[in-house]
Amino acid sequence: MSTPALEIAGLHKKFGPAHIIRGVDLTIAKGERHAIIGPNGAGKSTLFNLISGYFQPSEGSVTMNGAPISGLPAFEINRRGLSRSFQVSNIFANMTVRENVRCGVLHSMGYGYSFWRNIGNLRSVQEKTAEILEKVELLDKAHVPAALLPYADQRTLEIAVTIAGGADVILLDEPTAGMSHSETDRAVALIRKATEGKTLLIVEHDMGVVFDLADTISVLVYGEIIASGKPEDIRGNPKVREAYLGDEADQQAIGGAA
Amino acid sequence: MTDTATPDFATLSPSRGQKFRQRVLPLIALALILALVPALSPSRTVYSLLNAVGINIVFALSYNMLLGRGGLLSFGHAVYFGLGGYAAMHAMRAIEAGDGLWSGFPVFGLPVVGFAAGALAGAVIGWPSCRRAGTAFAMISLGVAELIAAAGFMFASIFGGEEGVTGDRMNGPELFGLSLGPVSEVYLFIAFWTVVGTAMIFAFTRTPLGKLSEATRDNPERVQFIGFDPVRIRYMVFIAAGAFAGLSGGMAAVNYEIFTPESLSLHPSGFVLLMAYIGGIRYFSGPILGAVVLTVMQSMLSDFTEAWLLYLGVLFIAIIMFAPGGLAGIFHGVAGTVRRDGAGRAARSLGLKAAGVSLLLVGLIVLIEVVIRWSNGYGEVFEPFGLMLETGSVLTWVLVAGPILGGAALVRFVAKTDEGGA
Amino acid sequence: METILFSLLNGVIYGLLLFMLSSGLTLIFSMMGILNFAHASFYMLGAYFAFSFTQVTSFWFALIFAPILVGLLGALVERWGLRSVHQHGHVAELLFTFGLAYLIDEVVKIVWGKNAVDYRVPESLDFPLFELFGAQYPAYRMFILVVAVGMLVALWYLLKRTRIGLIIQAALTHPHMVGHLGHNVPRIFMAVFGAGCALAGLAGVIGGNYLVTDPAMAAFMGPIVFVVVVIGGLGSLEGAFIASLLLGLLQTFAISIDANFSDFLGWAGVTATSELGSISISSLAPMLPFLLLVLILIVKPTGLMGDREV
Repeated sequence: MSTPALEIAGLHKKFGPAHIIRGVDLTIAKGERHAIIGPNGAGKSTLFNLISGYFQPSEGSVTMNGAPISGLPAFEINRRGLSRSFQVSNIFANMTVRENVRCGVLHSMGYGYSFWRNIGNLRSVQEKTAEILEKVELLDKAHVPAALLPYADQRTLEIAVTIAGGADVILLDEPTAGMSHSETDRAVALIRKATEGKTLLIVEHDMGVVFDLADTISVLVYGEIIASGKPEDIRGNPKVREAYLGDEADQQAIGGAA
Repeated sequence: MTDTATPDFATLSPSRGQKFRQRVLPLIALALILALVPALSPSRTVYSLLNAVGINIVFALSYNMLLGRGGLLSFGHAVYFGLGGYAAMHAMRAIEAGDGLWSGFPVFGLPVVGFAAGALAGAVIGWPSCRRAGTAFAMISLGVAELIAAAGFMFASIFGGEEGVTGDRMNGPELFGLSLGPVSEVYLFIAFWTVVGTAMIFAFTRTPLGKLSEATRDNPERVQFIGFDPVRIRYMVFIAAGAFAGLSGGMAAVNYEIFTPESLSLHPSGFVLLMAYIGGIRYFSGPILGAVVLTVMQSMLSDFTEAWLLYLGVLFIAIIMFAPGGLAGIFHGVAGTVRRDGAGRAARSLGLKAAGVSLLLVGLIVLIEVVIRWSNGYGEVFEPFGLMLETGSVLTWVLVAGPILGGAALVRFVAKTDEGGA
Repeated sequence: METILFSLLNGVIYGLLLFMLSSGLTLIFSMMGILNFAHASFYMLGAYFAFSFTQVTSFWFALIFAPILVGLLGALVERWGLRSVHQHGHVAELLFTFGLAYLIDEVVKIVWGKNAVDYRVPESLDFPLFELFGAQYPAYRMFILVVAVGMLVALWYLLKRTRIGLIIQAALTHPHMVGHLGHNVPRIFMAVFGAGCALAGLAGVIGGNYLVTDPAMAAFMGPIVFVVVVIGGLGSLEGAFIASLLLGLLQTFAISIDANFSDFLGWAGVTATSELGSISISSLAPMLPFLLLVLILIVKPTGLMGDREV
C-alpha cells in the first residue's frame, strides 16, 4: 500500500473544559473520496480546522503524504498541498470573481509576496485563472464583485478559490449547504470535475450528495468516529442508525437516501 | 460564456486601449496639469499652496495603502512622515557641511533619503504592530505615535527640541539645473516627486503584494488558506506605506527647510486620516482629492474664519454618516446617476439634493459665525453681504433656523422620492 | 516618608478618576463593541458644564446636573449619530467617535475660549483636612475619593443587584446574546452610552477643578483612558479598576522620583551631563502609559483580566 494522503492519529481537541474531538483515527488513501457525516455539534468543522491548521490539536498528529503537518501554520499546510473551503462563504468580498481566483492561483505559480511585478503581466497566472473560471463556469461573471454574486455562485467561487492553488488534498466543508435541488446537482457535478484525480475529504449534511460523491464514509458522533466504511455498509450499520435516532431530520435523510 | 472554446486569458484582461485609458492616461493628465502650472505664472502664495498640496497628496496616498487597501486603521502615520523628514533634514545639513559622500548628493534627491528612513522606521515599528489587525493595530499605532512624539521632544540632538531642525536647500550639486532657491523651482521639484510617488503607489496596487493586501483586508482568515501569511503581508504593506510617507516627509523637508517634533505627533496623523477618508478610501483618486480639498481649505478658509477646524470636523462627520465613499464616492455616484437616469432626470434630483445641502450649510455657517463672535466678546458682528447679524436680532435666528429646517426637509424629500422611483 | 504617603493618596485619587472614565468606556465597549474615542471629550464637557453652572448656581448643583446633561448629550449622539453609522462597521464607528472628539474640541474652544477657565474648588471644601509630617492635605482630594468610592459602590450595586445590571452582565460575557433576551436592544444601547458618558461627565466635574479645565484636557486624558482599558483587558471592569489604580500610582510615583538616567546607567558610562543621562524619571511619566500599552499588546493581547483579544 502506498503512503496515505492523510493520516490522522489519536487526535484530541479541548476548548477549556469542553472536549470536542475525543481521539479520532482516520486514514485516507490517495485519490479517495471520503465523506464525514454526523449530527450537529459532532465536531466535523472542528476536525477540519484541526487538519487544515486553523486550530492546533491538544493531542495527536496529522500526517500528509508521510510528512507530519500538525503544528504548522495554516498557510504552510496549504503550501504543501492541502486546501479547504468554508461552511460560510469565505471569499474576498470587495474584489471581483477574477481577482478572487487570481489570488488563489498566485502562490502555486511561484509569485510570493512580490511587489516588483505587475500582476496583469503575469501570463501564466492569467491563463491559470481563466482555466479555473472556465472549469467552474464563472467565466461570464469574471468581473462581478464577489459580494454581489448570487448565493449559489458565491459557493461555487468558494470552491474555485479552494482548488485554484492546485492542491491535491481538498477539504470541502458543506459545499452545498443552503442550495436548491438543481443548484446542488450542478455543484456535485462541479465538485466531481474539479477534484478529479485528487484526494477529497468532504463534510456534508445532504445524504444524497454524500452517497453520490463518496466512496468511503466515516460517521463522527460526539468527537469520535463510530463507523467507517463503504456507503452500503454505513447505511446498514445499526450503530449509525442509533446515533441518528435523536436527530429526526437526518434519520429521514438517511432513510430517504437508502 | 465566451465563444472561444479554449480559455483565453486575453478575453479576461482589459484591452490595451482600456488599460491605457484607465491606468496610464490619468497619470499623464496629472503630470501635464502639474507641468502646465508655471505657464500661468502663479504668485508665490499659489506656488506655496501647490507645494503643500503635492506633499499632502503623496502623504495621503501612502496612508491609504494602509486604511483603504489594507484595512489597517492607523492613528500614527505621521511618525513615518516625520522620521523621513528628519532624515532628509539631517542629510540636507550634511550636504551643506560637505560631509564626505554627502557633498556629492543633490538636494533634489533627498526624498529618496526620506523614503529609506520611512521604510526603516516601518520595518522596526511594524514588526510588533502588524501581528494584529483591527482595533489592536489602531491602539498600538496610537501608543507608538505618543511614544515617538514624546521622544522627539526629549532628544534635542536629533529632533532639535521645540525649535526643530533647520537647513538650507541651496547647497550641493544641482540637478536639472535647479538651484531650488525660488519657490517656482521648488514647485518643479515637488511636482516631479508628486508624480513619481503617485505613479509608484499606483503601481504597487497592481502587484501581487498589492492584490494580496486587498485580500487580507477583506478576509485575513482565507488568505492563510491560499498559502499566504496575513501577518507578513501586513508587515510588508506597512513598510511600503512607511516608505512613501517618508518620501513625502523628504519633500516637506526640502520645501519648508525646517522640521519640528510637532510633525511626529497625533495632530498631523489625524489630519492625514481626515484627508484620506474625506477624499474616499475606496478609490485610488480619493486621497488625492482629499489632499487637494483639505490643503486648500486649510490655507484659504483659515483666513476667513477661525472656526475652520470646526467646519472640517463637521465635514468629516457628515462624510462618515452620509457618504462613506467620500468625495470620490460622491463623484462616482453622481456619474452613475447621470448614466443611469439620463442627464435631465439626474440634474433634477441632484440639483435638489445640492440645494438642500447648500441650505443646511448656510444655516450652519450663520450659526457658527454668529456664535464665535458672541463668544469672543469683542462686540464684533457677523456681516455677510452687508447684513448686520447680531446675536439678539430676529433676522439672525431666522437665517439660522430657516435654511437648516428647509434644507433638511428638502434632503429628506429627495431621498424619499428617489426611493419611490427606484 | 511623607512623599510616599502623599504620592500613594494622590495616585489612588488619580487612579479612581481614571476608573470613572474607563468604567464607562468598558461598559460601552462590552455592550456595543465601540471603542469610544470621544469618551474623554465627554469628561471635558462635564468639567466645562460644571464651570458654567458654578458661575450662576453652586458647585453642588453642578455636581448633580452637569453629569446628567452630559449623559443626555451622549444619548442623543448615540441615537442620531452612532446608530446610523453602525451599518458601516466598527471602523466607521471608531472613526465617527474620532471625528466627534475633534468636533467637541472645536466647539469647546469656540464657546469657552482657547485658554483654561477658572473652574475652582468650592470654598466650602477649600481647606486643609489634616496635617501629616508638617504637610497639609487638602480636603477636596478627600472629597474626590469619597465621590469616586461612592460611584464605585453604586456601580457595583447596579450591576449585581438590579435587573438592568443582570442584562449588562450578560452582555459583558455573551455580547451576541443580548439580542435574544427580548429586550429593546437599541434603547439599552442608548441608555448604556448615555450612562457611560454621564460617568465621564462626573469625572469631569470633580476632576476639572482638581487638575485643570482647558480645551486640551480631553486630548490629554483620552489616550490614557484608552491605555487603561486595553491594559485592563477590554470588557473587564475588574481589569479596568486594577489598571486604573496601577497607572494612577505609576504616574504619580514617577513624577515624584527625583532621579535621572545617569543614576541608573552610570555603570555604563552615561553621565548626568550627557543627553540620555540628563533625562529624568519624572519627565518620562507621560510616556509610561504608552510604553506599557505597547508592551501589553505585544506580550498579552487580552490585557490583565480580559478574555477577549482587542
